[in-house]
Amino acid sequence: MDVLTLSRLQFAVTTMFHFIFVPLTLGLSIFTAWLETKYVRTGDETYLRMTKFWGKLFLINFALGVVTGITQEFQFGMNWAEYSRYVGDIFGAPLAIEATLAFFMESVFIGLWIFGWGKISKQLHAVTIWIAAIATNLSALLILLANGWMQRPVGFVLRNGRAEMTDFIAVATNPYGLIKFMHTLTSGYALAGFFVMGISAWHLLRKNETEFFVGSFKTAAIFALWSSLLVGMSGDFHAVEIAKVQPTKFAAMESVWDTGRRVPMHLLLVPDEANERNGVEALSIPAMVSMLAFHDPDAEIRGLKSFPKELRPPVLPTFLSFRLMVGFGTLMIGLALAGVVLSRWRYFTTFRPFLLIMVAAIPLPYLTIQLGWLLAELGRQPWIVYGVLKTSEGVSKSVDMLQVGGSLFGFTLLYGLLGAIDIYLLLKYAKKGPDKGRTGMIQTREVA
Amino acid sequence: MELQITWFVLWAVLWAVYFMLDGFVLGTGFLSGILAKSDTEKRLLINAVGPVWDGNEVWLITAGGATFAAFPTTYALMFSYMYTALLLLLFSLIVRGVSFEFRGKVEGPAWKQGWDRAIMISSFLPALLFGVAFGNIFEGLPMDAAGYHGSFLTLLNPYGILTGLLFVCLFAVHGALYGAVKTVGDLSARAFRLAKLLWMPLLLVAVIFLGTTAYATRLYGNYLAAPVLFLLPVVAVAALVGQQYYMIRQQPLKAFAASCVTIVAVIATGVAGLFPNLIPSTLDPAYSLTIFNSSSSQYTLAIMTGVAVLFVPIVIAYKIWVYRIFRAPVTERDLLENHEAY
Repeated sequence: MDVLTLSRLQFAVTTMFHFIFVPLTLGLSIFTAWLETKYVRTGDETYLRMTKFWGKLFLINFALGVVTGITQEFQFGMNWAEYSRYVGDIFGAPLAIEATLAFFMESVFIGLWIFGWGKISKQLHAVTIWIAAIATNLSALLILLANGWMQRPVGFVLRNGRAEMTDFIAVATNPYGLIKFMHTLTSGYALAGFFVMGISAWHLLRKNETEFFVGSFKTAAIFALWSSLLVGMSGDFHAVEIAKVQPTKFAAMESVWDTGRRVPMHLLLVPDEANERNGVEALSIPAMVSMLAFHDPDAEIRGLKSFPKELRPPVLPTFLSFRLMVGFGTLMIGLALAGVVLSRWRYFTTFRPFLLIMVAAIPLPYLTIQLGWLLAELGRQPWIVYGVLKTSEGVSKSVDMLQVGGSLFGFTLLYGLLGAIDIYLLLKYAKKGPDKGRTGMIQTREVA
Repeated sequence: MELQITWFVLWAVLWAVYFMLDGFVLGTGFLSGILAKSDTEKRLLINAVGPVWDGNEVWLITAGGATFAAFPTTYALMFSYMYTALLLLLFSLIVRGVSFEFRGKVEGPAWKQGWDRAIMISSFLPALLFGVAFGNIFEGLPMDAAGYHGSFLTLLNPYGILTGLLFVCLFAVHGALYGAVKTVGDLSARAFRLAKLLWMPLLLVAVIFLGTTAYATRLYGNYLAAPVLFLLPVVAVAALVGQQYYMIRQQPLKAFAASCVTIVAVIATGVAGLFPNLIPSTLDPAYSLTIFNSSSSQYTLAIMTGVAVLFVPIVIAYKIWVYRIFRAPVTERDLLENHEAY
């Protein structure tokens, strides 16, 4: 273990933990906003109860997303000082813009939404959650433009011993970042859809508030189906972009060793990194990898062997996260489709096996999204900025083992504890179900 | 005017506004255990900061982001040199945020007591640590070509701790006055009395701070060169005295306004003395981080200036609008009526 390894481990822990909460925030904010809009439009109290129930879960989840986000901004300077100094001229800008444009709007309007019941008109109250939801999505755009720049650096020159921005528009319209934004956003929506379907299924299994949860399930299923289809589509475009600008990542995620045309896809494949080949290759689809990479079966794919060993990402983890992500993503499309169809069926609420599957499927999108990020960040190695700066060159010089070891220990402990409490609270409020009866009565019932 | 200077001013404004806004949240937080006599009173205090604490904290994120974007070298070195202090700060801010959200989510005295303690500690530590950090920025850090020659303990020098104490006292009075303004009846009266009580130690620490600054730092160098700057500490002292003036006249809102001015003026006093440094080196001025040797390119600064000019006024406008919506004190009736309250 050295400072570099510990720093990377800490970044993985804090970022992956942060990203347990962010996707649900992205999706559930929009979902809740849509429910409240339905309430304002129809005056139907069921939608108000839905808004309050799903909104409460949204807020419990939101809290951890917000507080762990501060770490994200601070740790670039704390642990990656050399990186920050080298790329701050470009990378700092989207972060500062994110705070100014998105975080203020998000936090101020969430505050107004939580405490504004009865203080502002119904219409305005619904608008506040929309503004907060849009701000949340906007912050995702800016942070993914920042990440997109690390993946595909554009609009800069190397000058004065660092990367300096020369074209802000190029950074802001970096196709890599924009595709990643679509992919991340829609995966967050899909995750929220599965979250709502799973909790609804849990209540339906107990015959609790059937009408309420069938309604929630139906809406969420459509939300999840569209989103998971869009995740797949944007993922396809994303892969094309990777093949074009990050050939090492692409070769590793498909485990292609030799350069060639009409590269087949092996459904069964075991990479053998030590011998620079694949141990097992079976069930092959001809030219499929070429097709995926460039939408052209005759396209040439550069194999891993054409790159020096020290410039290749770790093949097995990159390959596995990609395969599993795609597999789980496909499963999600299937489940969401089944959800849309079956929730219209008259015996839906008594079809226990499917309801059980949907409860069990809640972790599925979480896992899929984490795998996606593993692929994105591991596949970029050994670069912190692809082709420009190595990860090993980015780490802080003044920080020692004891400091990073201590902070990694502290983060793991604190995040573990807070994560456990958050999940406990989410479960508690999810199981409790919506408040009974008319909202007016609910509000006086909660006298503390 | 050179863009570096624009950003130096903006940098100072972001920190000053952050301390002015989060100062009362932190102060209310660490005084809540002393002030509140019942669960309801604790909830009143927490709900008094409830709608705004998150938005206030974003000024810190923006100050951090602005440091990164405008002065990346300073961002990189300041954050890595003060690693342990920032880590404690991060942990505190994380705990404080979730405490507000989680405290009311389970009924039961042990749960609530646990979060009450968490709120007090996680509100006190940032007040102290921000003070220690800024004290050290005012003094400078032992740094040269080889990097930083110090540790977390180096930061805990007498002047650093004195500045830490100053921040704690400033935020304590600020928080107590906020509590007095934003609650009613007995709780409000007690908060107001506490503010009056805490004002004496604040005055004492502030006088020692202003005096010690002449010996411990080189901040007054700029003041001698441009005496007009002495207006800043004069405003700080006048606002400090103003707090007492309005407290005697039983006007908590005006006393709170004076406290806002005090905090901004104290930060302005320190930062004006720093110019053009962001962090001076105590070993060799050649290694001081200045707004010129640590800044981004003119191109990036120009883009960021555009963003700030365009969006900061909008942020200020909707923040003022939301503060107006929640201007009334929080009462027990609010806690009963709003089922989403903390």
